[in-house]
Amino acid sequence: MSTNTSALWKQAIRAGLIGGAIVMLLALVGVIGTFKDRDIISGWISMGHVLFLAPMLLFAYNAARHVESPSKAGILLVGAISGLMSALVTAILPLFGQVVNLRAMFANASPDLYKMLTFGQGIPLGVIILLLVGFVMGGLGASLLLLPIRLRKALSQAVVWVILAGLLRELIVVVISRWGIVAYLIRWMFAQNGLAPVGAIAIFVIIGALTFWQSGRKRPAPRDLPPQQKQKRTLVTLGGAGIILIILPLVLGVYFSEILDTVGLYILMGLGLNIVVGFAGLLDLGYVAFFAIGAYTVGILTSPELGLFHLTYWQALPFAVVVAVLAGVVLGLPVLKMRGDYLAIVTLGFGEIIRILALSDWLKPWLGGSQGIQQIAHPWIGSLEIRNQTQLYYLILVAIAIAGFIAWRLKDSHLGRSWMAVREDEDVAQAMGINLVTTKLLAFASGAFFAGLSGTIFATKLTAAYPHSFSLFVSINALCLIIIGGMGSIPGVVVGSLVLMGSPELLREFAEYRYLVYGALLVVMMLMKPEGLWPEARRRLELHEENELVPLEEPQPVLNDPGQ
Amino acid sequence: MLRTWRQRITFSDIVVWAIGLAIAFMVIYGTIATLRLGKYTSATWLDLIITGLALGGIYALIALGYTLVYGILRMINFAHSEVFMAGPFTAAFLADALVKLGIWNRYPLLSLVLVLALAAAISSGIAFLLERIAYRPLRTAPRLVPLITAIGASFFLQYTFRGLYGSGLKGFPTLEVLKGYWTLGTIHILKTQAVVILGALAMMLILYGIVQYTKFGKAMRSVSEDKETAALMGIDVDRTISVTFILGGASAGVAGILYVILFPVAHFFMGFIPGIKAFTAAVLGGIGNVPGAFLGGLILGVLESVGPSLFLDGMGIPAPYQLKDVIAFIILVFILIFRPSGILGERMAQAKA
Repeated sequence: MSTNTSALWKQAIRAGLIGGAIVMLLALVGVIGTFKDRDIISGWISMGHVLFLAPMLLFAYNAARHVESPSKAGILLVGAISGLMSALVTAILPLFGQVVNLRAMFANASPDLYKMLTFGQGIPLGVIILLLVGFVMGGLGASLLLLPIRLRKALSQAVVWVILAGLLRELIVVVISRWGIVAYLIRWMFAQNGLAPVGAIAIFVIIGALTFWQSGRKRPAPRDLPPQQKQKRTLVTLGGAGIILIILPLVLGVYFSEILDTVGLYILMGLGLNIVVGFAGLLDLGYVAFFAIGAYTVGILTSPELGLFHLTYWQALPFAVVVAVLAGVVLGLPVLKMRGDYLAIVTLGFGEIIRILALSDWLKPWLGGSQGIQQIAHPWIGSLEIRNQTQLYYLILVAIAIAGFIAWRLKDSHLGRSWMAVREDEDVAQAMGINLVTTKLLAFASGAFFAGLSGTIFATKLTAAYPHSFSLFVSINALCLIIIGGMGSIPGVVVGSLVLMGSPELLREFAEYRYLVYGALLVVMMLMKPEGLWPEARRRLELHEENELVPLEEPQPVLNDPGQ
Repeated sequence: MLRTWRQRITFSDIVVWAIGLAIAFMVIYGTIATLRLGKYTSATWLDLIITGLALGGIYALIALGYTLVYGILRMINFAHSEVFMAGPFTAAFLADALVKLGIWNRYPLLSLVLVLALAAAISSGIAFLLERIAYRPLRTAPRLVPLITAIGASFFLQYTFRGLYGSGLKGFPTLEVLKGYWTLGTIHILKTQAVVILGALAMMLILYGIVQYTKFGKAMRSVSEDKETAALMGIDVDRTISVTFILGGASAGVAGILYVILFPVAHFFMGFIPGIKAFTAAVLGGIGNVPGAFLGGLILGVLESVGPSLFLDGMGIPAPYQLKDVIAFIILVFILIFRPSGILGERMAQAKA
């Protein structure tokens, strides 16, 4: 034991220092300060507190997890010391800020921030409290390890739900106010800002109990079900999801429809990019080009402002999609022989070229220069003009349903399997008789198809196409959502889009740090879980060759095999 | 003979060649038309070339970071443009402090050295951490994984610095000594441009010396040839890679200071365009090749500076300067299609990394 002690100390201190450094970075970047007024439990804990205490707790938990000593006191001590170290590092900021005006350099090092880090108690007392809190937080983190796994899961779920409910308080209140009598059942949980303490306790207990009960039940995993039942279950899930999606805007109201429209457009784009990047493994960073081409083509063909053509939206739609697909092929041709990194940077260049051309004075008579194209037509269905967010929602929903079906059918088709072969090894794929030129071009073309379609709806939603709407960030958003969701996985696109595109719209504080979070998410995801949140089976195999073969290799029950 | 040719040329080759010929034709036509127009005097051309050389020197220094890392890890460090941004953005605050203390214009050389040292230190620190935290654990992962990590790291760094120093433009104080121009015979050279060209040249020579003539350079070259064999020969591969990132970072930091001497503002997004240009320069010269990066940088800088006036003005395109970034991208695409090994590179052609 005694030989291990110094190693233990080292581990605890190291984890604590990293946790503290993260807290310090979060504070200086401004995340903690921005979330300080967003109360989770009204008057008690704000999101800022959560953000600066959570790293202490998590790193202490992580440090204690690797402790080999079986003694409970040892585990707790390691956690507590790690937490204390984090708090010590954090304390540097208010202490140092007392002496030097850090604000001259760091925009966010404000007295308000110091006040929050010292719990409003000024220098000597506040710092002592901070250290104590760090010590306790670390100990708490480590004590999680002593709980049985089922309880630990229930606790963490409950905490996550309390935080979510507190964060989304305004939206939940707005939504439930539409529900009449139900509103009275829920309203008391929420205070003016965040959750009422009673409400927080209620949510904590309910969710905790539910999770605890749920994890106790034994349910057969979906993959163990016989195929008929599996199919039935999929149908039921799909049907239920469909009904929910159709009534969603009626339940949630106009504001949510707007958010869902944005999310939907990104789902459409994501489905396309998922073919290019996820299926075929061609990392395209200029994907926004096709989105822009779709939008601009509809603009040119329908806008009376330019006066070039006077088509309706529906007449312009096929042209726009065809132009986007052709652009996909034309831009795909020169990059056929390029691999990985080169492809990424060249497509990035293409995206920028399209944007610069749209901005230039040279093409102004056709593309409107920096003012873009205005007065783009709304689509009409019979005598109904699709113009508000809710109507657009249904248009986008139909488009997603069609695109999703196409993508799903493509995935297991001959072409889909060729794409995956190309993704896994280009040379071997070619040796197996796959025509690389057509396969890759078809990937670019189908990706461009979805992006072009998405672009046309985007243009009619804004009734305008501005060059500034088509920056690199659109490509990055789309890329992030398919990677977070799980490359190559169609449900992953939906999940990724809901999480990544929905959250900045729901939380204005988050919108400020959107790309900071996306960037960090990409890195963390690649380091920890490169297959994404909702992984595709084959991808998981590819990324975890050595350790995760077991569940997928399980033999299917023989009597259900139709081939026998 | 003819038949084998006909079999080997595919449809896509024809399309690519046709596009290439069309662009070559446009360039030649535009050049002749511009020269016929006689709108610019030879002094103007010379000014443009010198501007291009200064810009090219900066591209070359950034390109070096791409080239060194590519040579050793076979990956494009997408976040290198942020490594470039971090140095001068931080050093701008030191420069401000020096101005306040009255040192800036009284001891210009000392101030410049201090600012350069800080920028190089910050940039190389960021590059080191980047490799240590984000890239090292992924060295054996499928190739898309480190690439995506690099893109993520790039955005993370950009927005971290935006959060740290604010989203506004941060002015970089100008040095009194560098105002005005020097006269060489009949040529006038802006002092800033001259200093930038000389600085880039000096830094380039130092780095070339390190890579070519020191023990560490030898280690680096051997690791880039073959990691396993190098490790067997007693070279600490991890350490060599770390130092490579530090070298690339230092060079980017120096480039960053030279950049803000030319264009005296720093902001969190300043790395993006120079980063892509420098990558183009690295590819143009032959990626993985140190003199290539220098040559590529200079050629690209001059083309970009002269190009809009020379190629586009004659074709009657209004405001050709808006399209200067397009020129760099088109050069990148065509180099990758027709000579992926670049001007000086040979062994990297079609390399499957």
